[in-house]
Amino acid sequence: MKPAIHVDALSKLYRIGAASNGQYRTLRESLADAVTGPFRRLKSLAPTIAVADGTNGDGAHAPGSSTAPSFWALRDVGFEVQPGEVIGIIGRNGAGKSTLLKILSRITEPTTGRIELRGRIASLLEVGTGFHPELTGRENIFLNGSILGMSRREIASKFDEIVDFAEIEMFLNTPVKRYSSGMYVRLAFAVAAHLEPEILIIDEVLAVGDSAFQKKCLGKMQDVAKHGRTVLFVSHNMAAVQNLCQGVILLDQGRVRYVGPTAAGVSQYLSSNSSKHDGFVSLVDHPARAAGGEPLLQSVRFLNADGEQASSFAVGDPFTVEFELDPRTPLRQAEIGIGFNSVTHGRVFSVGTFLSDRVLSDISEPSVIRCQIEQLCLVPGRYSLSLSAGTHGHKLLDNIEDAVYLDVEASDFYGNGTVPMASLGHVAVRSKWEVLSDERLA
Amino acid sequence: MVRNATTRMDITVRNMHSSLEINSGAIDNADASPVALPRPDGPTGAEHLDQSITVIEPTPGWRVIDFAELKKYRELLYFLVWRDVKVRYKQTVLGAAWAILQPLATMVVFSLFFGRLAELGSEGIPYPLFVFGAILPWLFFSNSIAQAGNSVVNSQNLVTKVYFPRLFIPVSSVVAGLVDFAIAFGMLIVLMAYYGQMPGVGVLLLPAILGMLVLAAVGVGTLLAALTVAYRDFRHVIPFMIQLWMFATPCIYMPPTTIESPRWHDVLPLNPAYGLIANFRAAALGMPLDWYSLTVSSVVSLIILIFSCLYFRRVERSFADII
Repeated sequence: MKPAIHVDALSKLYRIGAASNGQYRTLRESLADAVTGPFRRLKSLAPTIAVADGTNGDGAHAPGSSTAPSFWALRDVGFEVQPGEVIGIIGRNGAGKSTLLKILSRITEPTTGRIELRGRIASLLEVGTGFHPELTGRENIFLNGSILGMSRREIASKFDEIVDFAEIEMFLNTPVKRYSSGMYVRLAFAVAAHLEPEILIIDEVLAVGDSAFQKKCLGKMQDVAKHGRTVLFVSHNMAAVQNLCQGVILLDQGRVRYVGPTAAGVSQYLSSNSSKHDGFVSLVDHPARAAGGEPLLQSVRFLNADGEQASSFAVGDPFTVEFELDPRTPLRQAEIGIGFNSVTHGRVFSVGTFLSDRVLSDISEPSVIRCQIEQLCLVPGRYSLSLSAGTHGHKLLDNIEDAVYLDVEASDFYGNGTVPMASLGHVAVRSKWEVLSDERLA
Repeated sequence: MVRNATTRMDITVRNMHSSLEINSGAIDNADASPVALPRPDGPTGAEHLDQSITVIEPTPGWRVIDFAELKKYRELLYFLVWRDVKVRYKQTVLGAAWAILQPLATMVVFSLFFGRLAELGSEGIPYPLFVFGAILPWLFFSNSIAQAGNSVVNSQNLVTKVYFPRLFIPVSSVVAGLVDFAIAFGMLIVLMAYYGQMPGVGVLLLPAILGMLVLAAVGVGTLLAALTVAYRDFRHVIPFMIQLWMFATPCIYMPPTTIESPRWHDVLPLNPAYGLIANFRAAALGMPLDWYSLTVSSVVSLIILIFSCLYFRRVERSFADII
């Protein structure tokens, strides 16, 4: 069978100039360019090529060069996806996942290379693309459906199903700007769920919202795959990737590092340098910070029993975390939480100020906050910590999922030579056993 | 004895293990989602798959318009127009009355200042009607290019998230403006009845002239839309440009016959709005048509249209990256 997706030597070069810094190119610059450009372009031809070859793709650009710095967001990417396969695209931020997605969705053009796609394509980079707040639910179903590539007849025939699925019958004629955010997302997803493409390209941003909604999204993807359709799924969530995908494509610095079965790809991703650290991680520009989050959490540091910085701990070790917190405005009764996630099985447990007997005082200036865990009761393996900060009784101000990794190593936790292992569960708990004598029973 | 105990222990551990696994991670039981997911009722399975091939590769340089693709996506154009029309007067008190108030108010002001004070002639037609007959196409033209000019930038969320022929964005803004035009056109008929003005045979040309005006607006609007994406200067340029453009289209407020120098008669129709608007009015109000200005303005409009579409196609591939 011919592959559903065939990607060959795909590259994308971005220039990091004023244009991509969020600054618009002004006419004046352009006119100036028109005058000086031809000379500069002549001069800069050679350096540009050097940059292109010398870059390691990690957003690297030629510093101090006279040309607009550029970098390869994708470099010689090639792979094939067979019809009916569900393939995860993984890689850390900046690896080129989004660029690949945008090229596959035809939002932007590649610089070189070629892609062949067989069948109708739908890409969901966002739920509710093109929703107009002033239009009613009914109107938006048609508009959004049409934008996603459905024909009017197709939408009309599925209209009742979509409304049913979104559970918004009562509000069909209400402008969506008056919808609750939950209703809005449900409606948007309902429309997307009724697309019937042969190839579905889906971004993990879809997996926003509450866990019920995430389940719907992921369930829908499995559903699509069951019908012999091809799915490309871009994600950071290794648990979701392992659950859904038969294979993964690991991107790193714009290049394909691995193509093959999921398990090996995920472990290669997890062992890549990106997640290694020496016990201290700056959070200032953390890529996973939730949108709109204030960068309250500046850094995180792990300390061992001796009070020394460390990145790996043994089962049962005391574990201390220190945060640097920089409040923009004084925080009344700051709250901080840490979620411990198994990279393969999701949240194991959480600790937080709101889960302790101590209320933090008001914090008005940069401070270090320490959290001590007497015993790290996790079985050996790799964990990610999700960090959050906010104020008591108020909303979350800062939230970083999977902000930092923690390696837990084996130890004689039980005191009998048995090593705690994941097959027993993710939490290691000591227990005492004794045989009671007959007389005490009596 | 001891062996027995161990066996029991093993079983317990295994049970604990399995129950833990079920509860760990929200994603594990995605299959058991409480809400049944809709199954496509259409054909399923690989044998029914659409095998059309989409090729994505760099397309450097100038490109022609892909009419086959425009046709494939034509329903989207319909929905974009429909959206613009629906949204235009949402949450306004006067609603579609704005489509009439705008030209009417302009007519009143022009009649007072140009008609009464400056005593500009109007070729035997009541000055208010004379002005209204030109204000009507002018407002369509100017509103269309203003809307179209900002349309792509305003559709940023679409442009960066989904693919469709970008050309539809400015085109739909222009087409949506036709609804306002139609409403105001009703007002023109009312005014003509009020002044007892009969249209002549020229009225048969009206649809063609209007069609040309739409093409002119699409041409200018598309060019402005493409330029605004790269150079936000045009956001400031457009309102200003429209203001100047109106004065550069003197047929709106004074009869072409009052312009004495013949050289101006030759040059003015290079402004596409000039010939189209003058002849729109002439056709609607039963005045003699000026074939020279109609032809020149039409040709200029078509040249602008072709250039704009080519330019738009050339730069549209970078829209998502620079918008």
